[in-house]
Amino acid sequence: MRKIWDIPGGIHPPENKTQSLQTAVAVPPMPEQLVLPLIQHAGTAARPVVDAGDQVLKGQLLAEPGGAVSAAIHAPTSGLISAIEDRPVPHPSGMSARCIILIPDGRDQWCARRGLDDYRGASPTALLDRIRDAGIAGLGGAGFPSAVKLGPPQPIDTLIINGAECEPYITADDSLMQERAAEIIEGTMILAHILDNPGTVLIGIEDNKPRAFEALRDAVAQSPTAQGIIEVVEFPAKYPSGGEKQLIQILTGNEVASGRLPADLGIVCQNVGTAYAVYRAIRHGEPLISRITTVTGKACAHNGNYEVLLGTPIRHLLAHSGFDRDSCGRLVMGGPMMGFALLDSDAPVTKATNCILAGGRDEFPPAPPAQACIRCGLCAEACPASLLPQQLFWYAQAGNLERLEAHDLFDCIECGACAYVCPSHIPLVQYYRAAKGEIRQQVGEKAKADHARQRFEFHQARLARAEAERTAKREARRLATAAAQHRVATAGDSQAAGPGLATGAAGDLLKAAMARTAARQASPEQQRAKLERALEAASDRARSAQARLAAAEAEGADGEQLDKLRARAEEARLKQQDAEHKLQAFAHPPQPPADAAESP
Amino acid sequence: MIELVAQHPLLAALTALVGLAAVFGAILGFAAVKFKVEGDPVVDRIDALLPQTQCGQCGYPGCRPYAEAIAGGDAINKCPPGGQAAIKALAGLLAVPEPELDGEASEVKKVAFIREAECIGCTKCIQACPVDAILGAAKLMHTVIVAECTGCDLCVEPCPVDCIEMRPLAQTLADWRWDAPHSPGESLRGLRSRDILASDRSSSRANRVA
Repeated sequence: MRKIWDIPGGIHPPENKTQSLQTAVAVPPMPEQLVLPLIQHAGTAARPVVDAGDQVLKGQLLAEPGGAVSAAIHAPTSGLISAIEDRPVPHPSGMSARCIILIPDGRDQWCARRGLDDYRGASPTALLDRIRDAGIAGLGGAGFPSAVKLGPPQPIDTLIINGAECEPYITADDSLMQERAAEIIEGTMILAHILDNPGTVLIGIEDNKPRAFEALRDAVAQSPTAQGIIEVVEFPAKYPSGGEKQLIQILTGNEVASGRLPADLGIVCQNVGTAYAVYRAIRHGEPLISRITTVTGKACAHNGNYEVLLGTPIRHLLAHSGFDRDSCGRLVMGGPMMGFALLDSDAPVTKATNCILAGGRDEFPPAPPAQACIRCGLCAEACPASLLPQQLFWYAQAGNLERLEAHDLFDCIECGACAYVCPSHIPLVQYYRAAKGEIRQQVGEKAKADHARQRFEFHQARLARAEAERTAKREARRLATAAAQHRVATAGDSQAAGPGLATGAAGDLLKAAMARTAARQASPEQQRAKLERALEAASDRARSAQARLAAAEAEGADGEQLDKLRARAEEARLKQQDAEHKLQAFAHPPQPPADAAESP
Repeated sequence: MIELVAQHPLLAALTALVGLAAVFGAILGFAAVKFKVEGDPVVDRIDALLPQTQCGQCGYPGCRPYAEAIAGGDAINKCPPGGQAAIKALAGLLAVPEPELDGEASEVKKVAFIREAECIGCTKCIQACPVDAILGAAKLMHTVIVAECTGCDLCVEPCPVDCIEMRPLAQTLADWRWDAPHSPGESLRGLRSRDILASDRSSSRANRVA
């Protein structure tokens, strides 16, 4: 018999688990449409690889992982992709997010599957790739992509399969363990193989699930491979023993340090549902397209567990369970302790939906008004993480985020035990969640501010560099001009001293300049013809202006107009003169071109 | 020499003090060179608390110049994007009383949006952007890189065709956060005193309150 440790704190809320365990796991009818959110967990959203209008087969890849912490999404049945659009998703905010909408065609036709008969022949990396490709995420409730957790850099000596299911009402894992124990054991063996066969492989179950415990123990005894390797451990029921860190403490006595991961202790923890999904993925090549979800609560006529296709609208599942909206006090996804109220029953079942709780009005009455904290200390006694809930509450109320972090707010697992025992009905977890959100937001804003500062500094540096380059260019141009002027001046001096001796650099410069000017100019005949044409036109204009002026004078026009015409005639005369001068200058060039150099 | 010093206590004291002064002077001089602080660390720390929108609403051309001004004694309440939170942090750092914000803080985060059909590609907004968050070239359409935009709205004014507007940043699932519950005092407001008897814990009371 294995030694069992205890966790600090914890509570014993009414279990309410028997209602949903009266019948075997059932399969609800096919819904009219399946809504598959691209993001079903913390991390990055998946990237769709199909378009609206595509026909897909059951198990076909619909969206690939969008990053390291991201899981693929597959078609839960064959059908038509009708749209990729924003739909309400199961989230406490009640917001919408991008979803792939699949209309089932009723044929439920599988795509090609490639299962592995003997996983022992495959390398852990190949198996890990298969798990990643199958889109398997933690089915315990958080939905963290499993492949990330199964490939830790540290060596692993303990694998723990979590069958605690400590939260009231939920029986999804219980029914799975009762009905599919052999598959869970096989999945556990695959996980152990991936983790290079850790020395200890444990399956932890609370003692309020005797049938599940027996089923698993028998399955281990009957399995030739698992016998002697897997140990099924029963421990006293206490909420929240199913928390990862709590279960590790119960089964190994080790506490995961603040801010560390179980892998730092050489421990990997996976849910029983995940082990089953891994078995389906490796042995049969089936991606994660369904999960077992508990539908319970007094507002439902038939309480039970369903093997639900992912994406099934919760409304459909409730309708199948005889849901009575009028008697429903609160519709919750998850359990009564850690779940959140659903604002919209159109939201679909996702990989993390372990329970739909439609509580009757007397089951979940509205919360009584919060009263002042009386410093009774019950919350500190109940806290499984050994925190100081009332200190956290004071600091959260005061908005003192620094002190909150100093009091290890981020070690709070939000189990709700403190709020459950609070005699003043203070919604403590809400305070912690809000404070955590605020701290995360501040951290995000700080990161963004640092990024903006860096960009601003780069911007300033770039402007300074551009300005420096411009100044340097201007300076270079100025120096070059000064040097050229100097050279020309010296060349001019040497020419003045002895004409015809225009040699060296200055002489070359002049020749080049003259050649350029000559090239720009047309031949002398053409120039002459052009100037003559210009003179003719100018004389014409002068004559006509003179004529108009004379006519106006004869008619006796008013002074203003006369002045204008006179000015025009004068202007035309000047232009004519100008053209004449130019023609004369061209006919008799006043100086030889070589002397032109002296003029500047 | 030693005898002379030993026989004149005044001389001995003088020698000892001068010797000590020389030694410590040398150590201090060495430390001043060896541990010289480049720049002003206070300015860096103030700058780290400013929101880095580079919007210039404080009257300085960017957050760093304002940080330098604060270090030089300017008021700490001139930063609307930082809001009261930044003032609180600055007051904590500088150990001064926390003044009220001068101006109005906007509650909603905004980013610039260019109506691309109307953009004529003049590049004026690109030159105005302090964090290079606008992409484009002369006579080609410009667009804002939303992830880089600090919402300073410095690009809005230079646009000759008024095609830039500040749009509130839509909330996504990633940045959604829980609201804080009402404090006990607040939630008790509007209740009659007999509703809040601490000894009354039956569920009927809860229903009555509801």
